[in-house]
Amino acid sequence: MTRINVTVDGVSYSDEVEPRTLLVQYLRESLGKTGTVIGCDTSNCGACTVHLDGTSVKSCNVLAVQADGHEVTTIEGLAVDGELHPVQQAFHECHALQCGYCTPGMIMQACDVLKNNPDPSEQEIREGLEGNLCRCTGYHNIVKAVQQAATSMSSQAVSS
Amino acid sequence: MIPAQFDYLAPSTVQEAIAALAEHGDDAKVLAGGQSLLPILRMRLNAPGVVIDLGRIAELQGVSEDGDHLVIGAMTTYAAVLASGAVSTHAALLSKAIATVADPQIRHRGTIGGALVHADPAGDVGAPALALEAELVIAGADGSTRTVAAEDFFEDLFTTAVGEGELLTQIRVPKHTGWGAHYEKFVRVSHQWSIVGVAATVRSEGGSIAEARVGLTNMGSTPLRARSVEEALVGQPATDEAVRAAVASVADGTNPPSDLNGDSDYRKHLATVLTRRAVLAAAGA
Repeated sequence: MTRINVTVDGVSYSDEVEPRTLLVQYLRESLGKTGTVIGCDTSNCGACTVHLDGTSVKSCNVLAVQADGHEVTTIEGLAVDGELHPVQQAFHECHALQCGYCTPGMIMQACDVLKNNPDPSEQEIREGLEGNLCRCTGYHNIVKAVQQAATSMSSQAVSS
Repeated sequence: MIPAQFDYLAPSTVQEAIAALAEHGDDAKVLAGGQSLLPILRMRLNAPGVVIDLGRIAELQGVSEDGDHLVIGAMTTYAAVLASGAVSTHAALLSKAIATVADPQIRHRGTIGGALVHADPAGDVGAPALALEAELVIAGADGSTRTVAAEDFFEDLFTTAVGEGELLTQIRVPKHTGWGAHYEKFVRVSHQWSIVGVAATVRSEGGSIAEARVGLTNMGSTPLRARSVEEALVGQPATDEAVRAAVASVADGTNPPSDLNGDSDYRKHLATVLTRRAVLAAAGA
């Protein structure tokens, strides 16, 4: 067992883990953060995407021990005081989900895309989300939601 | 699936990592960005007793300039290479190729050194490393280092010049300032491995090709350099007709694999088409 110290969604944790524990397993099974889901388990589908030190990663492809000393944000850490993050709000309003399984990863990756490029073109959104698969093939509304989130986030930035 | 049990070591210097390798030998596996290794461990295709994580070794990360070379630490992530203005200015081919690797999440974790040592023939870093005549710095026991030309680095499928007890530490890339570059990758599904890829970089003079370098991805058990095509391109105008003729023999002597994505002859055909496209794009035509 190896001791790790990580901050997840703003809370510090110190835990003993087996080195083979995947970050996504640690989040779900040790911390109960089941908002992050396991999809393909082969690092293809992106459903398990979280932020590690503010950058998107596939948490089935990172060991929990590699996150030692680092900061993780999951889908459960996006809303502040019960108020949805603009990307979550846009996914809700644009009905950017069918079965919803890819949604946590899609939202986390969409946040990463917008962080690096606050005003992406449709093509840039599609390329930014290329590592996230929607098996319902509901990409159309997902792209619309990211466009809407970009607009609402830039108008918030102007008004604040 | 999850990996089999292993012990985990996270050295903070190259020396410590080399010592750990010496101690554990064959039972150890080196973890770079982990984007290929972790799926392998999860599928239980490999079950090392010890995993040595290079992620805490600061000296292996980052891009710097050393005269007429770029020096890229082996643990520099794809994303960090892409963000480097020095790389896009002096080795544009590397930026162009890396931009096509997998997807953004993988590029945030995967490293250039990990990809080179993993040496998957369908990986996108080997061909530009060959074309740019990169030099690979390898550290061994007792603080020794040796430098291997990219040409001599790739030995076979998943096999490189990095020997037992050694680590790749740096990639030294001769500056190709002002050279046009293009990486033409053929895939049928987004964010997948190259079926065939072609890396081309060209120095143009007055509308014609003064020098050209061409590397091939997934046209054999290692990345390949197409020297005869490079020679045939010298002095040619950057026109479709001239380039088509100069690259027609690019697949001669290659032995690409046959698999579900296409058979060997199909890959040979693809290589000629993609080489023409890559060279024309690199020449700005």
